[in-house]
Amino acid sequence: MPKEKFDILESTCIPLPIENIDTDQIIPARFLSLTSREGFGEYLFRDWRFDKSGNKIEDCVFNNPRYSGRILVTGKNFGSGSSREHAVWAIAGYGFRAVVSSFFADIFRNNCLNNGILPVVVKEDYLQNLLKTIRDNPSTMARIDLDKQLFTVLPDGEGISFEINPYKKECLLNGLDDIDYLLSIQDAIKAYELRKTLGK
Amino acid sequence: MKPETLFDKIWDSHVVRSIEGGPDVLYIDQHFIHEVTSPQAFDGLRARGIDVFRPSMTLATADHNIPTVNQNMPIRDELSRRQVETLTRNCNEFGITCYGLNDPHNGIVHVIGPELGYTLPGMTIVCGDSHTSTHGAFGTVAFGIGTSEVEMVLATQCILQPKPKKMRIRVEGELGRGITAKDLILYIISQLSTSGATGYFVEYAGSAVESLSMEGRMTVCNMSIEMGARGGLIAPDDTTFEYLRKIPALSNRPDFYALVKKWSRLRSDPDAVFDRELTFDAGKIKPMITYGTNPGMGISIDESIPALEEISDETKASFIKSLNYMGFTPGMKLAGQPVDYVFLGSCTNGRIEDLRAFAGFVRGRKKAPGVTVLIVPGSKKVEKQAIDEGLADILKDAGFVLRQPGCSSCLAMNEDKIPPGKYAVSTSNRNFEGRQGPGARTLLASPLTAAAAAVTGRITDPGELMQD
Repeated sequence: MPKEKFDILESTCIPLPIENIDTDQIIPARFLSLTSREGFGEYLFRDWRFDKSGNKIEDCVFNNPRYSGRILVTGKNFGSGSSREHAVWAIAGYGFRAVVSSFFADIFRNNCLNNGILPVVVKEDYLQNLLKTIRDNPSTMARIDLDKQLFTVLPDGEGISFEINPYKKECLLNGLDDIDYLLSIQDAIKAYELRKTLGK
Repeated sequence: MKPETLFDKIWDSHVVRSIEGGPDVLYIDQHFIHEVTSPQAFDGLRARGIDVFRPSMTLATADHNIPTVNQNMPIRDELSRRQVETLTRNCNEFGITCYGLNDPHNGIVHVIGPELGYTLPGMTIVCGDSHTSTHGAFGTVAFGIGTSEVEMVLATQCILQPKPKKMRIRVEGELGRGITAKDLILYIISQLSTSGATGYFVEYAGSAVESLSMEGRMTVCNMSIEMGARGGLIAPDDTTFEYLRKIPALSNRPDFYALVKKWSRLRSDPDAVFDRELTFDAGKIKPMITYGTNPGMGISIDESIPALEEISDETKASFIKSLNYMGFTPGMKLAGQPVDYVFLGSCTNGRIEDLRAFAGFVRGRKKAPGVTVLIVPGSKKVEKQAIDEGLADILKDAGFVLRQPGCSSCLAMNEDKIPPGKYAVSTSNRNFEGRQGPGARTLLASPLTAAAAAVTGRITDPGELMQD
């Protein structure tokens, strides 16, 4: 089934300079009971955004009106822990389209790519400068060009390149879906099963 | 032939095809599902108008969301009930075996897979749950996946997956008295950090690993994900085959001994090359406990929390945030700190051996006043065994209650929540903020350290209370 394409994204950014943010923070387990993919955005970082009584926690960056945007910039090892794809659904549901960090956890990165969210890996010192730039000037715009694999701080930053698996890049650029691909090679899968049954 | 690692042998023999510059199409031998990460995958199948490709290769259980008391009653929380019912309905519709609530085979997915003989050496195994690495204890390539990938497996029995790098971790020597598999893995994670093995698949080896029981090996492999590893595995040996032989469904198979012969060949070649190799000395490992909000923040019970000067600049903010959450200060000692809750259970330490260790420790002692203790077996089978072996009576005499199986307080999706600000010594796998309930403060430790906390009401080295 076709998905939303990703080509060029220009947006302000939200800075979250914390390391090792696990998926339990991104979406606490008690909100995992929904059986659809929708409706998780409002629970994103729920316990960092709201206190026990449901009041906004003022010093949380998500509650700071100076910051907004579709790019989340965050400390290293983002998305560790639980495999819950709900974390990515929450990030997408909140309105993000890309996450920038110096390091992502494996399962989380796969989950992002399977949901049209682009994980952009940059070097640690670049990340620290980027976080500072955004905090000093919340209206800082960044541009992500997936085709060219370039991340640029606008208007005049030097574009830095980021890595992405060529297959996954194709999928994101064209809104392709892994399951469509797997279904299209079902004969090869059946042939594999036959080889295995016959002991190769 | 080029020498290969065990991981290479299993992975490569399951590649249907490799995409140029992309991931491998990996064939999956055994797929497990549970109520939380599967409903959206079934919806996806319906939206595409397709069936489950190989329904007999998927097994379902309800575990994450279920209560651990009065399981014969309807689930009180409406969303939880609906999720568990949705699993049953989906399994009925698509022809998948489901060991739902009250089924004698029900239990935590990573406990029942091995105990019922679904987990076999040489397999590829996935589940929408990061602790799927548990099954690696049997010499399998087992790892957690997201819901989109659950849908891939349901639709095609395959997933697209980039091949990880390989790491071997040897632990040589003997573990000291009262030092468990949990201490061993918490020690390794404390050395590597919570992201130290990201991008790798780990093979655990060395005499200390080989000497572990299957339950202990499962505890070790289970927590591979807590240092970021894609998974962890241990080459099958006589300990593995003896465990499997005791499962009637397997030993009754006419080809069982032929299989054992085949499985015996599942090991890394002597000259196999790993991308990274580490060796640890088992003799250095002491009872471990975590002090922070990720599993890499662990120390031995007699150590102090690191001082601020020991922490690198870019990590300082996270370290301070973590200690503030825990109500601890840099440099402080944990031994002797009061404990409010103790949780014994989870896919890490909810097996019969864990219950035996806990019961053996508290036998003849009493639960400390003021401590609330949750003892949750990993499966119906473990629960029954604990009752049949008399462990439930020992626990009762010491003032404890054996609950019914489920994931329970490990992620607190059900009612088994630790209240805000309270300290819990837990045998589970994650000490993340709010993991055991909003505001809960988790200290990860072994079943013995949990037992020591349960009878003293304080963080206590279990060795101090063990008789010779």
